[in-house]
Amino acid sequence: MSSISHILPSWVLTHGPALLVVLPLLMAVLVALLPSKNTGAEKIAWMAVLSTAIICAFIAFGILGQVVSHGPVKYAMGGWEPPIGIGYYIDALSAPILLLITLIAVLCTLYALPSVVAEIEPKKRSPFYAAFLVSFAGLLGMVATGDAFNVFVFLEVSSLSTYVLVAMGASRDRRALTSAYKYLMMGSIGATFFVIGIGFLYMQTGTLNMMDIARILQDVGPDSRVVKLAFVFIVVGLGLKLAMFPLHTWLPGAYAYAPSFVTAFLAATATKAALYLLLRFGFTVFDPSWTFISKFFMYLLAGAGILGMLIASLQAIFQNDIRRVLAFSSVAQVGYMLLGIGMTTTLGLTAGYLHMLNHAMMKGALFLAVGAFWYRFGITQVSDMRGLGKTMPLTMAGFTIAGLSLIGVPGTAGFVSKLALVRAAAENGWWWAVGVIVVTSILAIIYIGRLIEQAYFQPAPKQGAATVAKNEAPMIMLIPLWILALSALVFGIDAEWTTGLAEAAAHVLEGGPILNTPPLSGGH
Amino acid sequence: MINFLMSFSPSFILIFAGVLAAFIPSYPGRKGLMIGAPTLALVLLNMIYLQAGASGTNEFIGGYFNVAGIELTTLRIDPLSWVWGNIFAFAGILNGIFALHEKCKITDTSALIYTGAGIGAVFAGDLITLFMFWELLALSSVFIVWRGGKESYPAGMRYLAMHVLSGVLLLAGALIYGKETGTYAFNHIGIDAPGGKLLLLAFGIKAGFPLLHNWIQDAYPKSSVTGTVILSVFTTKLAIYALARGFAGTEMLIYIGGVMTVFPVFFAVLENDLRKVLSYSLNNQLGFMVAGIGIGSSLALNGVAAHVVVDILFKGLLFMSMGAVLHRVGTAKASELGGLFRTMPLTTLFCLIGAGSISAFPMMGGFISKSMIIAAMFEEHHYVVFAMLLFASAGVLEHSGIKVPYFAFFSHDSGKRPQEAPWNMLLAMGIAAFFCLYLAFPWGGYQVLYNLLPHEVAGEAAFSPYTADHVIFQMQLLMGAMFAFTLLKRFGLYPPERRAQILDFDWTYRRLGLNIVKWIDAMWGRLGAQIKMLFGKMFGGIGRRLYQVFSPAGAFSQDAPSGMAAVLTAGMLAAALLSVYFF
Repeated sequence: MSSISHILPSWVLTHGPALLVVLPLLMAVLVALLPSKNTGAEKIAWMAVLSTAIICAFIAFGILGQVVSHGPVKYAMGGWEPPIGIGYYIDALSAPILLLITLIAVLCTLYALPSVVAEIEPKKRSPFYAAFLVSFAGLLGMVATGDAFNVFVFLEVSSLSTYVLVAMGASRDRRALTSAYKYLMMGSIGATFFVIGIGFLYMQTGTLNMMDIARILQDVGPDSRVVKLAFVFIVVGLGLKLAMFPLHTWLPGAYAYAPSFVTAFLAATATKAALYLLLRFGFTVFDPSWTFISKFFMYLLAGAGILGMLIASLQAIFQNDIRRVLAFSSVAQVGYMLLGIGMTTTLGLTAGYLHMLNHAMMKGALFLAVGAFWYRFGITQVSDMRGLGKTMPLTMAGFTIAGLSLIGVPGTAGFVSKLALVRAAAENGWWWAVGVIVVTSILAIIYIGRLIEQAYFQPAPKQGAATVAKNEAPMIMLIPLWILALSALVFGIDAEWTTGLAEAAAHVLEGGPILNTPPLSGGH
Repeated sequence: MINFLMSFSPSFILIFAGVLAAFIPSYPGRKGLMIGAPTLALVLLNMIYLQAGASGTNEFIGGYFNVAGIELTTLRIDPLSWVWGNIFAFAGILNGIFALHEKCKITDTSALIYTGAGIGAVFAGDLITLFMFWELLALSSVFIVWRGGKESYPAGMRYLAMHVLSGVLLLAGALIYGKETGTYAFNHIGIDAPGGKLLLLAFGIKAGFPLLHNWIQDAYPKSSVTGTVILSVFTTKLAIYALARGFAGTEMLIYIGGVMTVFPVFFAVLENDLRKVLSYSLNNQLGFMVAGIGIGSSLALNGVAAHVVVDILFKGLLFMSMGAVLHRVGTAKASELGGLFRTMPLTTLFCLIGAGSISAFPMMGGFISKSMIIAAMFEEHHYVVFAMLLFASAGVLEHSGIKVPYFAFFSHDSGKRPQEAPWNMLLAMGIAAFFCLYLAFPWGGYQVLYNLLPHEVAGEAAFSPYTADHVIFQMQLLMGAMFAFTLLKRFGLYPPERRAQILDFDWTYRRLGLNIVKWIDAMWGRLGAQIKMLFGKMFGGIGRRLYQVFSPAGAFSQDAPSGMAAVLTAGMLAAALLSVYFF
């Protein structure tokens, strides 16, 4: 990893945290300004997005290397030291998420070239790419910043552009419009709750810098009603964003009708960034050792997780639309992560975080594959998948690998994190949770098995007299799909790296509120 | 290259070959894998073991993996697992030869993975690895069951359900055991260890304990010609290995084993499908092994290991011969066969050797191993179980030793004149038959087998099967059973269609027994039907309810308006606030 930091010029790393956010934002403006009539423009826009994503991925890699070897990275925006200016703070909790977001963005962008041509009207393509860049910048900003209000700003930046992206699915299916509207409503409620919570915190502490807030909260203690109110508003607001059951109602529609590439990107990154914020606020700003917080995690968060795992899995079984099956499965998988976090033990947090990373890989691969099915055959319904094992063998094989990983078959990444979760629950004495994990895994076998059964055991549909001919997805769509599917396999066989990252993150969370300020590495 | 191949469990070679076979379109290529991969595994595991032996230990431990913080040991070759590994790999080769004529990709792939999983599980050094191979074994074998055609599909589902249940119990037991004792290592567990009962139950399902045994007779006879042969080797013998490793000397197993040897006898005598008869006798042979494990002395455990080796050979041989009949005639039902010896003389000969071996005739396979277990039982003064084993030995002669070959190849002439079995089947049967005879050969044959056994017993204590009292005792037993057969010959004057039923010790008792069994069967059938209806109603109702609630049109999944969602959010906020204030 240190070799990568050598490739980049040193100033790139020094200003890495700022570049991560500023670069996509600037590029978004340029891309938005591209002429929309010219057909070459969309290719240029795509190149711009791809190169931005690749550069950001390198920076994120470099930052992760720095965090692993030298500890947390601090950066003062514009040289203004916090608490006056905005401080960026990246540690072992946030660095892997940054890398995840940027890598998924690179893969999804590769995939986007044919997929956007098929799904978006020509004149909207450049603005579409611009909106994607804004959303990308917002997600990175949310994760990188160390300033509570700045979090809200980036949360809104990414959300607003995401609503637009979802609505763009309208040229494929008009239902995208109502879904986007609903997402807008719910997302706004969530953001409002969040900003109300930040307001309460500001009222109590007089600062917006997270570390300052944490320090002052330690003096205030757990009995302040304002602090309690702030905690509840922030957690419920974030719960909406991360699709915690029962606040998930916006998610299936948004995932089902957004353009394929947007769905894959959102499923792999958006809820993960919100979950990161929940960890950031719940463990390192507030003090998880306070009774009301630990009880809240144990009863409400784990409880919502368990309910989500069961009910959303059952819902996934009965869906007709493939993307809705996967969307409900996402809600259930968020339940697994919340269950791990709700345990608040080292093993539980490690398992939850690990599942977050692994889930991003496999769900990304699944949605990319479904997008490819639509691209070739216009498939959206489960019953239309019949014979895909013959007609699109490579795509379907990638889908199957990721699906097996979602079920948790040994040898896949999903198994590693589920096993970690089972161990954590057993160590905690939560035997009922072990039972629920086993039951929901069986439900996952049913809802994924249903799709795989259609593809491999049903004959391909007839077209006139002959069966439909083999029509594999284009190479540029297959490559990202297979990279994600293979990574789900690789990290299932050798999970040392991902487990190490998750353990480092759990270590940060266990340390409780971050009060001391490490030396600055950047800024002027 | 060799060093690289010796650095991990040989099972991965087989599993890899299985995956490869799924992508090889050429049929000779796949067949090469089917025979080559088990051969390579056999050679490698012996090289690894010999290398360990050269460095002074009789145990090789390696193949470490680290998954989610648990260190997995995927390769542990010691004297016990070595025996099983050898015979599994050897059986893999025999199966490959026997299936040489078959052009089915699914069977090839799953047979290789199944063999690999069996060997992997035997070499597993910890319970988590065991669990993974345990599940892989179930998943890969169910495809073999499904090759049997339409009827095998529900049987396969039932089979899968049993084995997944067994795997879940194993995982639960392993977790409890690991948490309480701090180690996942798979050594002696004992029934009183934390999680021990769960593990015993998990092993018991796979070993076909009484009342948990039905999957064997349900699934095995319904598979394809080659499928049944492949299936009969690994699953149950793996369970015997796990029991021998984890529960040797558990007294309960003596009685369980005793019951296991006796009850299949009745069913086997009444059964018409000869492959099902063999499935019952499989259960009965497992009973001998389980009882031997229950005793747990070196002699008994040696007997179990020897019996596993010999049983895989002769039971495989019998299943192969019935497979050959099924392949040529299209049925293995006793009532539709008969007189096949005219055109299938070699198959008949091999079947007779297998039948003699399973009945433990001196000079044939079963004699040298079964007598060890029975002798150990006598030495430990378990006279009741001893008597049960004797009765079961006679019963084996009755249903497997006489009934199977008699009805298939002799009996009344069915008029069928099928061709002799294909050359590859004959070759596989010939090899198995040769070893059945060779391993029982008094002058230099059985010593080879005894040298393989895990516990070294030398000098005075060494067991010698060919003593006068052993041989005479066994011959008395067999002659007694033969006497029943002589009676049968006389009843052979009865009209031919009734012949199928006259094959037991005593006509009256048989009649009575048959009627009791028939009555139980009828009652059981009625009860089963009632329960099935009840469950059908219940689950049908539950399914409908679930659909009503969760389907896209259901109450839970209807597209709720945003207002509704906002109210939910407010509710969540209220709940959170209340909880925070009251905690």
